[in-house]
Parts: sequence; C-alpha cells; structure tokens
Amino acid sequence: MCSYHMDTGGKRLRALLPLLVVVATGAALIYGTLDMPRYGDPTAPVHQHVMPAYIQETPTEIGVPNVVTAVLASYRGYDTLGEVTVIFTAGVGVLILLVARSRKNEKENRSE
Amino acid sequence: MADLLGLYNYWVVVILMMTGFYIVIARSNLIKKIIGLFLFQTSVFILFISMAKIEGGSAPIVAAGRVVYSNPLPHVLILTAIVVSVATTALGLALVVRIKEAYGTIDEDEIHVQDQEQ
Amino acid sequence: MKSLVVLRVIAKLFFPLILIFALYVQFHGDYGPGGGFQAGVIFATGFILYAMVFGLEAAERVIAPGLLRVLMAVGVLMYAGVGFESLILGGNFLEYRVLADDPVGGQHLGIALIELGVGITVAAVCIAVYYGFAGRTPE
Repeated sequence: MCSYHMDTGGKRLRALLPLLVVVATGAALIYGTLDMPRYGDPTAPVHQHVMPAYIQETPTEIGVPNVVTAVLASYRGYDTLGEVTVIFTAGVGVLILLVARSRKNEKENRSE
Repeated sequence: MADLLGLYNYWVVVILMMTGFYIVIARSNLIKKIIGLFLFQTSVFILFISMAKIEGGSAPIVAAGRVVYSNPLPHVLILTAIVVSVATTALGLALVVRIKEAYGTIDEDEIHVQDQEQ
Repeated sequence: MKSLVVLRVIAKLFFPLILIFALYVQFHGDYGPGGGFQAGVIFATGFILYAMVFGLEAAERVIAPGLLRVLMAVGVLMYAGVGFESLILGGNFLEYRVLADDPVGGQHLGIALIELGVGITVAAVCIAVYYGFAGRTPE
C-alpha cells in the first residue's frame, strides 16, 4: 500500500513538473516585457531608423505604392531568394519521404 | 497601472507561447507536439506584427491624403515566415508518417521502449 | 465525396473563382496587399478543394505530379535568373535598375518577374505536398 501511494504521488509530481516549468517561464517572460514599448506607440525604437527612409524613398526610387512588396522584393530581395529556396527544399524533402517509398511498394507489388 | 494595460498584446503572446510550450513538453503523442510547435510559432508571429502598429496609422500602402503609415518591416519578415512554417510543418508531419510505418506507433514513450529493446 | 450533389456543384463553381482570385492577388501585389506568397497558397487551395471532392485521380489528370516537380524548380530558377540577368547587364546581383531603359521601369519588371517565380514555387510545393500525403495507400 505504501508503494501504491508513492507511485501515485510520483506520477502526480511528474505530471505537475511541466506545469511548474511553464508557469515559471511565463512569469519570467511577463517580467521581461514590462519595459517594452506600449502598443501603438509612435516613438518606439523599431520605427526610428530604417522605416522612414523606406517609406519616403519607395515612391521615387521604385514607383510601387505597396511598401511591403517593395521592401520584400527590392530592398530585401536577397532574403526572399533564400526563403524561396527553403520552401523548395521542404517540398523536395516531403516528396522524398512520402512518394519514393510508395513507388517502391508499387513496384514490389507488381513484381510479385 | 493603466499604463501597464498598454502591454496587453505581449501578455497574449506570452499566454499563447506558454500553451504551445506546455503541449510540447507534457504530451507524448507526436502529432500533439507538432501542433504545440505550430502554436508557439503563431505566438511569435503575433509578437512581431503587434509591434508594427502605430496609433492612427494606415496600412503601409502609399496613397494620397495619408500621413502616418504603419511599420512595413515586421510584415515583410512575417510574410515569408508564415509560408516557411507551413512548409516545415508539412515536413514534420511527413516524418511522423514514416515513423508510424517504421515503429507502428506514434507515442513517444513506446518508441523509446522499442529503441531500447533493439 | 462526389456522391453529394451540393459539394460537387459548389466545388465546380468555386474552383475557377478561386484560381482567378489567386491570379488577381498575384498581379495586384504592387497596388494593394498581395504578392507571390499569398497568391501561391490561394492557387493551391483551389486545387486541393478539387482533389478533396473529386478524388486524387481526377486532380492528377488536371495537373500531373511530374509537371509539379518541374514547376517547383522553375520558380526558383526564374528568381535566380533575374539576378543573373542583372549581373550580365552590368549591375549587381538582383539590381533591377539595369533591366530596362529607365530605373523605375526596371524595378517594375524585376518585381513582377520575381513575384511570379515565388507564386509558382509556393503553389507547386503546396499541391505536391497534398498529393504526397493523399496518395499513400493505407496499410
């Protein structure tokens, strides 16, 4: 009987441990966000250095009204090239994992 | 205290992030772990996009008559990040399909037991 | 699923509308929200809806899996090709100013070409992933 109690006690502790880790991490994160800029603040540091330059130079240099497309395709075009390569690689990976195997199964079934 | 209420977008992010984190470490089913990872990624997207808002700003499309625009840079980053996360989740799910073929189960504890038996 | 009349009719009605909307989002990425990534995913959604309602063989008759593999690579090639073209014409890699006579026209051409490449690759990858998962025979 003693071991039965210890078993359920140990199990409850093991089920409670992830919850404690999550609560501790959440509390640390909320403490860390206490001095971040408020929501919608126009004087936040993220709006200061590159953004006004992009918004002002896009109509004259690129001529495209959508600033997001201009930044994605022209100012940061190199990053978008790497990102398309990542999508292509993920597609090739899924094809290798799933299709090559089912084709081999079909060939084995046909040759039997 | 009312000043702290301006931080509520970060609290939403932290709650989502901790939910995803709890699912990853507390559940042994592989598909549930992948769902937890996806939730974690979504919380990071919300963090970046909520930091881009400027009070009274419009969408970052240059048009006549508008003065204040929202910040376009986080939108650019998250645009590609969303599609990359979809592609990598597809890759993870393909791996789970092959694991089920090889081990017969998708429970992490049973896979560990089978690995240690070999 | 093709025995349900409502699903069949709605899928046949929506499939061309979804494709047209995907093309609209792709080519109006300069003037409103949009661009290659969104358009690629919407395009793939149309085909996945068709494959879910009418079966995988019917969808594979519309777009063959071999064509999808070629399309996946064509998008990335288009993007890198624009970069090399601007190298050949005298500018830096992916500098769109040198692609046409005036710099702004060159930017428009470069942005249109690379968004097209991105849209093709994303659509092909999404449809190929769906074919891979749906084509597995249950064991």
